[in-house]
Amino acid sequence: MVKADPKGVMTGSWFLDGDYALAEGALAAGCRFFAGYPITPSTETAERFAARIPKVGGCFIQMEDEIASIAALIGGVWGGQKAMTVTSGPGFSLMMENIGLACMMETPMVIANVQRAGPSTGLPTLVAQQDMMQVRWGSHGDYRIIALAPDSPQECFDMTIEAFNLSETYRVPVFIMTDEIVGHMHEKLVVPPAEEIDLVERKWYTGPKDKYLPYKNDKDGIPFMVRSGDGYRFHTTGLTHDERGYPLLNAEQQKITVGHLIDKIDGNADKIISLEEKEIKGAEVVVLSYGITSRVAVKAVQDAKKAGIKVGTLRLRTVWPFPEKRVAELSRKVKAIVVPEINAGQMVREVERSVAGRCRVTSVPHFGGWVHDPKDILKAIKEAAK
Amino acid sequence: MTAKKAPAPVNPMEEFLRMDRIPHIWCPGCGIGTVVTSFVEGVRKEKINLDDIAIVSGIGCTGRVAGYVKFDSFHTTHGRAMAFATGLKLGNPRQKVVVFSGDGDLTGIGGNHFIHAARRNMDMTVICINNFNYAMTGGQVAPTSPPDSKMSTAPTGNFEPAFSLPYLAEASGATYIARWTALHIRRVTKSIQEALNHKGFSFVEVITPCPTLYARRNRLGDGLDLMKYYYDSSEIRHGHDTRDTEIDFQGKIICGKFVDKKKPTFLDAMNTHFTKTFGDKYQPYGVDND
Amino acid sequence: MTKKYFGDVKDIKGEVHIKKSVCKGCAFCVEYCPRDVLVMSEEFNQKGYHPPVVAKRLECCYCKLCEAICPEFAIFVTEMEEEEE
Repeated sequence: MVKADPKGVMTGSWFLDGDYALAEGALAAGCRFFAGYPITPSTETAERFAARIPKVGGCFIQMEDEIASIAALIGGVWGGQKAMTVTSGPGFSLMMENIGLACMMETPMVIANVQRAGPSTGLPTLVAQQDMMQVRWGSHGDYRIIALAPDSPQECFDMTIEAFNLSETYRVPVFIMTDEIVGHMHEKLVVPPAEEIDLVERKWYTGPKDKYLPYKNDKDGIPFMVRSGDGYRFHTTGLTHDERGYPLLNAEQQKITVGHLIDKIDGNADKIISLEEKEIKGAEVVVLSYGITSRVAVKAVQDAKKAGIKVGTLRLRTVWPFPEKRVAELSRKVKAIVVPEINAGQMVREVERSVAGRCRVTSVPHFGGWVHDPKDILKAIKEAAK
Repeated sequence: MTAKKAPAPVNPMEEFLRMDRIPHIWCPGCGIGTVVTSFVEGVRKEKINLDDIAIVSGIGCTGRVAGYVKFDSFHTTHGRAMAFATGLKLGNPRQKVVVFSGDGDLTGIGGNHFIHAARRNMDMTVICINNFNYAMTGGQVAPTSPPDSKMSTAPTGNFEPAFSLPYLAEASGATYIARWTALHIRRVTKSIQEALNHKGFSFVEVITPCPTLYARRNRLGDGLDLMKYYYDSSEIRHGHDTRDTEIDFQGKIICGKFVDKKKPTFLDAMNTHFTKTFGDKYQPYGVDND
Repeated sequence: MTKKYFGDVKDIKGEVHIKKSVCKGCAFCVEYCPRDVLVMSEEFNQKGYHPPVVAKRLECCYCKLCEAICPEFAIFVTEMEEEEE
């Protein structure tokens, strides 16, 4: 753990929107390379970076498309920098192939998706939470990623720092799934002094150069990383590879490689998952939500309590890996779990899978363009409590 | 006779290759190995610190180059080697970044990234091995396949016009452009030396034999027959107008160094601009090395 | 018995080394050697290709063209040591 570089930390109290908070969080976390492409509603983050980077130090480049952005990001990380990009639905879809490359090469980076309504061009300026499954399954093949869901500009800042720390710890791309409302909402942002921000350093290799194996796992199951230009003369590839980083194209190596990519995250899920639970003890109904919807649900939960229903809330700060154990545990104690989301029902599928029929699961979908009417969530809670 | 106490002589190339992966996968008569040899010879002659070189390649037969050379090397996704190399260069500006890419990888799927990297005059060397087709996947038509050549997705002949890569590179803003064939081994080496030293976007196109796909599908013989065709039809014209560098099927190949000029690189332009805007408060990026 | 030019400029001779196991029989070296030092052999290597052999050992002038043009990194030339006659 190291302390943040004060040059990138804008200590103080500010009135900023979520998009700007993402950029400030990244700079505080030591990110000095940003390659992006403008897309509503995430463009403000790129603009903030472009304005701040010359004064903080580092490099900003607007690439020709999102595919180039993510490819440049991977290159920047292998050149030794902490790197981030930000996008929304259509750009996110473009990035998928190279997200697979980042996972395969075990490249730490942060990608923020300020979600908007889709599919396709959809509603470019309006909120949705419709990419929650895509972030998990979007690229081809089997792999695991980590995804966080902030619900305020303050969390955008804090979670970006968490995201960088998680990505360096597990050598995996980490996603920040905000949405247009959190992104454009102006709220108080408190940035602590640099000495109070703890950062995870990259897992640099320090052994003899000729003994370096790029993909040999350390005791904690994560391989050491180097950067290009330091004399290790390593090779890395998107093909299934062995410990030396050389392609080894057979079923045995595939089992080892893919198994490692999966175990790296699933095996450490308990350390990664972060939840916010309120009044779960003795609750009949639990409202499970994430992002902006969790703030909308607050009103519905208040009204439900006034109506005499014992309601608790479970807010997913970490959306992936999904807290299946905790949800399974809850399903044995509560009558029902209500899942409001601004999509046609995505994370509710994970809830149903974890619950395995032990309690009722009610989805409260909203196809996007605005947030839920708290009355709809209240109605679902009342139905579930019957 | 003096008794020989010295050990058996070793090919001086082996120092630059991952010998645990040789023999390589390229076909008999394929020119890619020749271009790699010319490249390594160029690196050797320039006495460049081998730790400073990073190789980025895409997908395809040429994409495999990264796996055989003993430098920091990256085998990335199809067409995105240029974007990756841009990020790599900006992530660690001290490096000499060399992109090895095939014609389809670079100018087909990677076309957009190619023209923008050239436009920005990113300080990197791009070696395009042009064998007129997508060879790895079985010989499909590529943006550089000469009209009337037969490829697997144009079995009755290609009716699309082909790119002239030097023209494309010049129009995009490349500041060093040369074209040779795999037969011009020493000239390829010289161009690579110049390209590595050139500050800015250097583009070296090498027309290379593809015996298994391009030659076979067009009944042109084998690798040696294509080399003989290069011998017969290549003309060296330095400084020639790149608008006139198209290659017809089995037609004239105009080779030489077409463009060699100075323009600020991306990082030079960025640093100059911000120094002008912010004065002393700005610390130039990539100049004071860490 | 090396030839000498202009009084003391010695003829350089090269010793060709062929790594038969990696050769793929493309014949670039045979075709482009300026002194026709190499010919394709009749023997097979373990992959089934015909590697070249040195037919005219003393003709090699150390131009290293075969080394530069070989796609397989299979052939290289060292300077032939002067033999005491």
